[in-house]
Amino acid sequence: MSITEILFWFLTALALGSALMVVFSKNPVHSVLWLIAVFFAISGHYILLNAQFLAVVNLIVYAGAIMVLFLFVIMLMNLNAETEPRKNRWLMYAGWLSGFLLMLVIVAALKEAETRDQLALMKGGDIGLIKHLGRVLFSEYVLPFEISSVLFLSAMVGAVVIGKKD
Amino acid sequence: MILAFDTLLFLEKFILIVVVILAALGIALYTTFAERKVAGIIQDRRGPNRAGPFGLLQPLADGIKMIMKEEIIPLTSNKWLFILGPNLAMITAMMTSAVIPWGNKVELFGRVIDLQIADINIGVLYIFGVVSMGVYGIMIGGWASNNKFSLLAAIRGASQIISYELAMGLSLIALLMYTGSLSMKTIVEQQMSTGVWNFFVQPLGFLLFIVCAFAECNRTPFDLPEAENELNFGYHQEYSSMKLGFYLFAEYINMIISSAVMATLYFGGYDIPFVNEAALSASWGVNIVAVLGTLTLLAKIVFFLFVFMWVRWTIPRFRYDQLMDLGWKKMIPLALINMLITGAVILWLNK
Repeated sequence: MSITEILFWFLTALALGSALMVVFSKNPVHSVLWLIAVFFAISGHYILLNAQFLAVVNLIVYAGAIMVLFLFVIMLMNLNAETEPRKNRWLMYAGWLSGFLLMLVIVAALKEAETRDQLALMKGGDIGLIKHLGRVLFSEYVLPFEISSVLFLSAMVGAVVIGKKD
Repeated sequence: MILAFDTLLFLEKFILIVVVILAALGIALYTTFAERKVAGIIQDRRGPNRAGPFGLLQPLADGIKMIMKEEIIPLTSNKWLFILGPNLAMITAMMTSAVIPWGNKVELFGRVIDLQIADINIGVLYIFGVVSMGVYGIMIGGWASNNKFSLLAAIRGASQIISYELAMGLSLIALLMYTGSLSMKTIVEQQMSTGVWNFFVQPLGFLLFIVCAFAECNRTPFDLPEAENELNFGYHQEYSSMKLGFYLFAEYINMIISSAVMATLYFGGYDIPFVNEAALSASWGVNIVAVLGTLTLLAKIVFFLFVFMWVRWTIPRFRYDQLMDLGWKKMIPLALINMLITGAVILWLNK
């Protein structure tokens, strides 16, 4: 086993284990922290694929900004086990059913994908480096890129409008 | 199972990491001393002068006191997270040092050694990522204490850091438009070859960056997370002994690292002013020039540390609404204007 493989398996175990902990943690704050661990593991995978920019941006945007806001809201809501209201039993069944259906859809979608034959490019390929990524984004994909930035701007304006409403 | 890697490289980097961390801890120790001395001078009194000559053993005495105190974990706190908080604060404070070039190359035992732990081509983004992690130490510690004041302080701290991160990123974008590289090493080398420090190209960007650095380090006038007259002691109210020491220490290490980042990005890093390093190293040898460069960087860091203290003992704390007002309504528009002007000038010069 090379170092890359060891790292790959370590990160995979970390990502899956943390993802399971997100679901099984009783305390929502713990769930958020495990989710941050998942993001770190996934960023590690990106670095193994030589996509450094994606790895760092994943950390900055998801682990550094969005999860902070999640944590913020959960801390302010003060969710404790004692204050949790009794939920309807049918709600629980519906949750199980929808989760099972989602798994079915994912299995069906991935069955035909034949990902097993395609090896990911490890440490080679430099499309993930910021120099190449920037060139592609601003030449070939400039229109979708700008449209998504307009989408962000409108979301921001919308948030301000909602926040202003008394 | 054969692990193929360069043992010497591993050893070299390991020693470098240990040296950098020990140096950061040592400087942080004496920064606490310097802070009290500077406060003394500014307030026209002597400052600590009892332990050792000129009070030089004061930080040692403080450290021993810190360690000897009783370790208290509140019963109603969340134990794991309570311990995780100060550790995270310390780790994130240390991690940034990995991408800062501490000096030029040195030649030892026939090997050329870079005085930088990792020259990654996304260095500036890495710093930004680690800075955005820094908020977790405060948030987790404040929440796990199970104390209303700590929670309020943690939430204040988090919203402050998130708000100022935006302006910081925007002011850095203007700099990156000019340098065209995200690698800290390349940025320093550019400044060395042109002889013009980025500060003279981006004065407004630097001003925005230093203000944001103050906010990110929770230093006065932005020390609202630990505003003692409003929140007792802030997010570390329930902490005692070395866990409190870690929080206080992390603040000083953050100061050192952000001074190093400012010196590297805007003031030439290890570039010795008015000296042509390449010519000098031809006559004096590479190693001496590298050491001189590292000392220059340290001098710049010390200067910025002094600015941090100077501001702390001069400017009173903001009110919270003033802080948010400054961050969102003044810093971000200014940073955007700075970015537009930089872009326009670069386009105009290229034509």
